This record gives sequence, C-alpha cells and structure tokens, in this order.
Amino acid sequence: MSNITDLKLVELVDKIKKKELSSAEVTIAFINRSQKSKKLNAYIYENYENAIKKAKIFDQKPDFKKKLPGIPIAVKDLFCTKNIKTTAGSKILENFIPTYESTVTQNILDEGGIIIGKLNCDEFAMGSSNETSYFGNVQNPVSENLVPGGSSGGSSSALAAKLTPATIGTDTGGSIRQPASFTGTVGLKPTYGSCSRYGIVAFASSLDQAGPMTHDVKDCSLMFQIMSSYDTKDSTSVEFKRENYLNNLNENIKGKKIGIPKEYRVDGMPKEIDELWEKGIKIIKENGGQIVEISLPNTNYALPTYYIVAPAEASSNLARYDGVKYGFRSKGENLIDMYEKTRSEGFGDEVKRRIMIGTYVLSSGYYDAYYLKAQKVRRLIKNDFDEAYKKVDAILTPSTPSSAFKIGEKLNDPVSMYLNDIFTVPINLAGLPAISIPAGHDKKGYPLGLQVIGKAFDEQSILNIAFALEKNISFKNNITDWWIK
Amino acid sequence: MSKNNGEYLITRNDNKYEVIIGLEVHAQVLSESKLFSASSTKFGSEPNTQVSLVDAAFPGMLPVINEHCIKQAIKTGIGLKAKINKRSIFDRKNYFYADLPQGYQISQYKNPIIGEGSITLDMPNGEKNIRIERLHLEQDAGKSIHDIDPQNTLVDLNRSGVALMEIVSKPDLRSLDEVNAYIKKLRSIMRYLGTCDGNMQEGSLRADVNVSVRKKGDKKLGTRCEIKNVNSIKFMQMAIDFEANRQVDVIEEGGSIDQETRLFDTKKNETRSMRSKEDAHDYRYFPDPDLLPLELNDNYIDKIKKDIPELPDEKKKRFIEKFKLSPYEANILVSDIEISKYFEDVSKNSDVKLATNWITGELFALLNEQNIEITESPISSKNLSKLINLIKDGTISGKIAKSVFEIMRDGDKDPITIVEEKGLKQQSDPKELENIINKVISENPENVEAYKSGKDRLFGFFVGQVMKNSGGKANPKLVNEILKKKLN
Repeated sequence: MSNITDLKLVELVDKIKKKELSSAEVTIAFINRSQKSKKLNAYIYENYENAIKKAKIFDQKPDFKKKLPGIPIAVKDLFCTKNIKTTAGSKILENFIPTYESTVTQNILDEGGIIIGKLNCDEFAMGSSNETSYFGNVQNPVSENLVPGGSSGGSSSALAAKLTPATIGTDTGGSIRQPASFTGTVGLKPTYGSCSRYGIVAFASSLDQAGPMTHDVKDCSLMFQIMSSYDTKDSTSVEFKRENYLNNLNENIKGKKIGIPKEYRVDGMPKEIDELWEKGIKIIKENGGQIVEISLPNTNYALPTYYIVAPAEASSNLARYDGVKYGFRSKGENLIDMYEKTRSEGFGDEVKRRIMIGTYVLSSGYYDAYYLKAQKVRRLIKNDFDEAYKKVDAILTPSTPSSAFKIGEKLNDPVSMYLNDIFTVPINLAGLPAISIPAGHDKKGYPLGLQVIGKAFDEQSILNIAFALEKNISFKNNITDWWIK
Repeated sequence: MSKNNGEYLITRNDNKYEVIIGLEVHAQVLSESKLFSASSTKFGSEPNTQVSLVDAAFPGMLPVINEHCIKQAIKTGIGLKAKINKRSIFDRKNYFYADLPQGYQISQYKNPIIGEGSITLDMPNGEKNIRIERLHLEQDAGKSIHDIDPQNTLVDLNRSGVALMEIVSKPDLRSLDEVNAYIKKLRSIMRYLGTCDGNMQEGSLRADVNVSVRKKGDKKLGTRCEIKNVNSIKFMQMAIDFEANRQVDVIEEGGSIDQETRLFDTKKNETRSMRSKEDAHDYRYFPDPDLLPLELNDNYIDKIKKDIPELPDEKKKRFIEKFKLSPYEANILVSDIEISKYFEDVSKNSDVKLATNWITGELFALLNEQNIEITESPISSKNLSKLINLIKDGTISGKIAKSVFEIMRDGDKDPITIVEEKGLKQQSDPKELENIINKVISENPENVEAYKSGKDRLFGFFVGQVMKNSGGKANPKLVNEILKKKLN
C-alpha cells in the first residue's frame, strides 16, 4: 500500500469506511509528515495532541455514515475555531481563542472531520503571497523560496505538501484560486451566499467566500458539499437546494457552451499561459464542448474597482480591533493614544495600507468619486457576466497571469502584487463561482492553473467541466520533498 | 416676552427674534431583544450581563435583523401618519469609541425605513401640525462610566446594540410649550402603539435639540446649533431658553452663529460648544455589506396596519362625540393610554360627566401627590365607578363622597361598605329633615327675624346649621327646599 499521506480525500474516506485504515492511523500519518515539514511554515497553530485524542475516540465508536469519518483536516487560520487559537495571521489577534465555531468548520466537524491545525495566511487575508502574515513566510513545496500564493498560502502549501488531505480557504479576490494555481492543486470559490461567513474573520464582507482546496475535483466536490449550507446566522447566506455534488459529478460536457473572454488576453502575458489556455480550449472541443468567443467589456476596471470596494469594507471591518475588548493592546496615555499604538503595532504594513485606502475612499468629498463609482462599475461587471451567460454555460480563463514568484520578489511593489489577481477579482465582484485546476507547468516547472467560471449557484456545471479537463490533462505535481531532510 | 404661547419671541434693542426648534428624538424600541442580536434589553441589569458575541463585536460575528424591531418601526410610522419606505438600507456610521465595540454604529442614512409624516399638537389656541422628516432604526452604543474608578473608564455593553428609533422633526416648533406638547404627544402615540415605553428616567427617550433664531419676519432660517442628548422635557426647555438667548446676544453684538454641536450642562444651566462644523466627525457612511437592503411588501405592511389600536387623535374625537366631553377634557383623558383605559372602565358603569370630573380632579390630585402613574392608582376603576353611582343615586352627597374617597385610598376599600360602616348615608327623609330644621329655627329666633326683614344672606347660615346638626349627611337639595318653605 502506498503512503497514507499520498491518498486523496475520497480514497481515505473509502479506506476508513472499509476499515482498512483507522482515523488514528490517518491522523497520525498526516501529523508525522506535518512535523517533518516545519520548514514550510504552513501552520500557525498545531492541534496535534487534541486531534489524535479525537481520532482515537472516533475509532472507538466509528460512525461511517459521516462524510468525513475521522478525517484530519488543517484549516486556514481565518476560520474561528472553538477553544483553538485563531489569529487571522495578525499580531493583533496573536493570542485570541474564540469561544465559538465558524459555521463552515462546524459543518466539517459535524461530518466527522478532525481539526489538526490552523494554517498560515496573509494578515486578515490581505495579500497574494502569504508574505504579509505576522507569522512569517510560507514556502511553496514546489520549490524553495517560492511563494505558495495567497492569501490562503498556508492552506495551499500544506495541501500540496500532503500535510493535510484537503483544506479550506477563503477567497475575497482570488485567495483560494491563485494559491491553488501556484501549488498545482484544485481550489473552488463558491457563489457568494453558498457558504456561511459566520465565524470567519471578515476582510471584505461583500466579497468574502469560503471554499475547498483539494488534490482533485472529486475531493473538491465532496468538501464543497460539506461546507455549503444555508445559515440564518449570516444574513447574506442564500437558501437554495444544495446538490450532492460528488454523486452528480460527471465528465460529459458534450454540447456545453464554454465562453472565452477576449479581454482576458492581457498584454505581456507569458506565452506559456496562452498555450495553457489553448490546451484547455482544445480539450473542451475534443470532448464535444462548444467554444464561444465572448466579451466582458468592463474587465479592465475590475482591479481598480476591487481595490476600492475591498479596502473600504476592510477599513470598517477592522475597526473592531482596537485593543478594548480582546486581542493585543498597547499601553497609551489616553484612549486615542492607546488606539493609535495598538493599531500601529498590531497591524502590518499591507493591512495599514488597505485601511488607509479604504478610509480615504469612504471620506466625505471622495465617496462619490471612489466608492459610489466603484459600486456602479461593480454592477456593470456583473451585467457583463449576465450578458455572457445568455450565450454560454461557463467561461474558461487562465487562473493567474503568471506562475508562482520568488519570496520577496514583489513585496515592495504592491501594484504588481495586486495584478496577480487580475483574472480572479472580477468573479468575486460578480459573486459567481469559479474553480482553478492545475493544467500544466511553465518552463521553470512551476504549476499553472485554468479557471472555470460558472453561473451563480451552478457549481455542479463547473465541477463537471473541471472534472473533464482534469481527466484529459492528467496533471502531475513534481514535488520532491526537498524540505524534509 | 413670551416663551410659551404660539411663538417664543426674544426682544433685544427693539429687535424681535423668533426661536425655531427641531427635535431628533431617540426612542428605544420596546423589544425583548436587541436590533441585531438575541441578547436581552432589560433595564438595570448587572453590567455586561446582556452582551452577546455580536454585541461585543467578536471576530466573524454577523448582525441578523430582529424582525420585531422592524414591525415596531413600521407601527410607529403608521402612528405618525408617515410614508413607509418599502426599501430601506442599513448603513455603517464609522467612529472609534470605547463603548462602540464594532467601531461603527449600524444605522440608516440615506434610505430610512420611514419617510415624511406628522404629529398634531393640541395647543390652547388650537391644533398645530408638526411635520416629521423621517424615522430610522439604529443601534444604541454601550455606556462609558467615568466616575467609578479614578484611573480608568469602565464600559458597560448591556445597552450596546439595543434598537433605537431616531425620529426627526422639521424645524416647525416655535415655543417651549410646543416642545413639551410635541414630546408628550409623540410619547403618547408610541405608548398607545406599544413601540416605546417613553421612560425618560431610564433613557428610553432622549433628544438632540436643534435651535436657531431669526429676526421676526425673515423667511430664511438662521444657522442652527445642535444640543446633544438632552434627557428630560425640563432640560430641553432650559437648554433651548439658554441657547436661543445666547444666539440673539451673539447676533445683537454683530457676530454670527457658527453651526456647531453643543452640550447642555444641567448644573450650570448653559450650553457649551462640543465641536464645530469643521471638527465634525466624518462618519464615512456606507451600506453595511453584512445586511441586505430591507424590502417590505404591501401585504406585510397591511397586516401590521390591521393591528394598529385606536390612537389618541381618533380616541379624542370619539370621546367628544360619544361622551360629549369638551376638547380640553378629551385631551387630558386621551393623553395617556392608561388614563383613557381607566376612564373608559369607570364611565362604562357610571355617569360620564361625574367620571370625568372625579378622574381629572380628585384622582389626578391623588396621583400627583403620591407621584405615581394611573396604573399604580390606589383606587381601582371599579370602586371609583361605585362611588360615582352612590353620588348619582343620591345615597351620598358630593361632599360626603370626598371623605369616602379619602378612606378608599387606603387599600382600595369598596365605597358601599364604607358608607354602610360609617353610616354616611344621606338623610333624605323629609320628616327627619323637617325635625332638624324646626330645631334650628327655634334655637335661632334673632336670625329668623333678621332673615325675614331682608337679610337674604343668612339663608346659608341656616343650611350650615342643618348640615352640622345632621352630621353632614342631610340631602342638601331637600334641606334647601324645606328651609325655603319654612322661612318664607
């Protein structure tokens, strides 16, 4: 039998159900590998002892009806987990232990999942390389000193390095799909309103959405099915019939109309990305899908719109971290002084930059020119997609305009960093679902991803298309375990 | 100078200034739980015992609207004859303060739930209409306590997140009496509706007062100052009085009024500048992305309309028509829903005129003296109506009734029992009365002579003597009749 940690999620579930493996065996295997992989710095908090205890309890009275029977899972540290430290990658929450569980992690626990740790991420999910985390950079297992993407960088790294069989992230502008693309893994950003935001540390409320990160589309379907639920604790949660995404998974895409937006052919895009896209188009055609040229005319405005809306909401969402009630507090002469010191010392540079941008665009005299205008453009971007979906069932694009870059390479150039999200942010602005699947390598051998964008609440279609692409591409991640000596 | 009638005019150096007042009333919504969380709103609980994770703004916590509060706002809107907006939006009002855990207050800015309406005031010289600009829902903040610990400010979050209705009037108020009438009428409407208890001591009703002055005859409004958070009608009146005179003084000295926010110091009886327009907070209002726009349909609003009770204006009309009360009497009796209920209970079983007089006279005096509400009245409506019936059917005189009332106030004793036990029944037997009268006449021959020679005023003396001899129980009407016959 192959290594336990080489097994995919669905395979592990199967083996546990067939009693070929126990929860404890699986849990210990992933923990052992995690312990040998500290160099990746994927974890912020290790819940190993507790997890093993829980696995043993599961084994004593296993419930095989559960969808994740005793499966160990490490989660992004943006999800509040009851009695387990939750930091959001920030000093300001360095020692924060929630007394409550996020709905998404609760869904995982309810299905028998066991949390083995909390994974590193950009501070408050603000970043595209995991370099803004207070807890340090994360290594991409693909190659030393390569960023794992962000903000769910700890998640993508831990998943690709097989420290967890699957994981969950959050995606505000690409924070699941871009790191998935950088690490050769699958990442799904569901439709806004599909997964509850209750208990997820908020970045930009109108854009944030939790989603699964897995080794393949099957695992992704299973995880998504578990994560998605209607939740009255989140007013933006949507009540709709949730499918059995895994059972319905189907590689038949005959007759499916797939749109190719011309505006995504951006200047200076590496040739490899173009070729990757062509490869995807070819596979669609070969499998009976129909390729339709479409236009999303306002794509160019997506990034500036995003960098107004997201910081505006963030500037307000992060006001609660003031040192008064919980988290880090610095001593001050008076209340204002305490606020200033707490927030100056507690937040990192990128978070401060976005708070300042957000405060500026909401200020009186600037509101109409920035925030209000951005909201209007956001509507136009959504209209673009609505128009496109009159002609097509889904849209195929590259996930990112480049492969993973070196740690430090873009740290002092925020605009170049922001450009990384150019293919992913329009989807968040429109509230649509999109999946990134690994589709090839660039000449350096770094993974590249393709993105399939769907209609609202039609995750099944993009899972199916991704499933078909996956079968035909047969992507292999060349990870050498270089970090394990 | 008159502060109280139709208009409040201030005269300086032959210039007459008109005082213009607008009120922003903050009324706490009557609700078991808060606007966006399930925590209790009970007043006076131990500090920080009614605080949920949402109220304390823990990471990842989200607001969920309390439908009851929405209904309460709609009811109040209906009571104010106002437009119910079918689409309203909750905004975030951003500012930092220790008792504001989220770092923003969820409020409604550009799209409030209730639009324009009006309140009718009953002033001595007739009705006056005060226009309402809007009503919106918002969260209350917690409470900062500065005077318990010498080193630290303490924060109590029990109030954090409690639902408030901010009710904004147009600048239509012109005198201190109108301010008094406006607050009382607004409070009365909300009490009728059960949407706010109007308890000013507990802070469920407070107001920001906007004051400006202009030379009489000017059309343009003067620059206003806003006096923040005044929590009693008396203080509102004192604050307006001070502020209007201050503004007139500034103008008379050749200065101009700066638009600013001021605080009223109740100890010194003066308003002080809090912050100028330039220093005003930039609240960076924007729609709360955690909450969807609130959309109401006609069906929903109609259902609430069906539950609206008879309101003071309608009740007053009915009282005047049905009970033939004067507008003045009707106003008093409908001013408070509990008073009107008490009145209707008493008058249901007894004479309306006597009921009106006894409630507005003796009973109100008693309530005033004991400083209690009518719901705490020591005399039940049932026993008061019995007392009135005893007067009406001649069993006791009005005078005796007053002493029976005095006994009733201790323990709500049945007046029929009191009259029987104390033998207070009116003497209405003409023969017995004649015996007493004969006795009085024979004991006072000089006065009889004097009366007969034209001293008419002595008639009262004889009545008094007869009453005295009967121990106050003689039927005064019969005494009069018989005395007249005997003496003439």
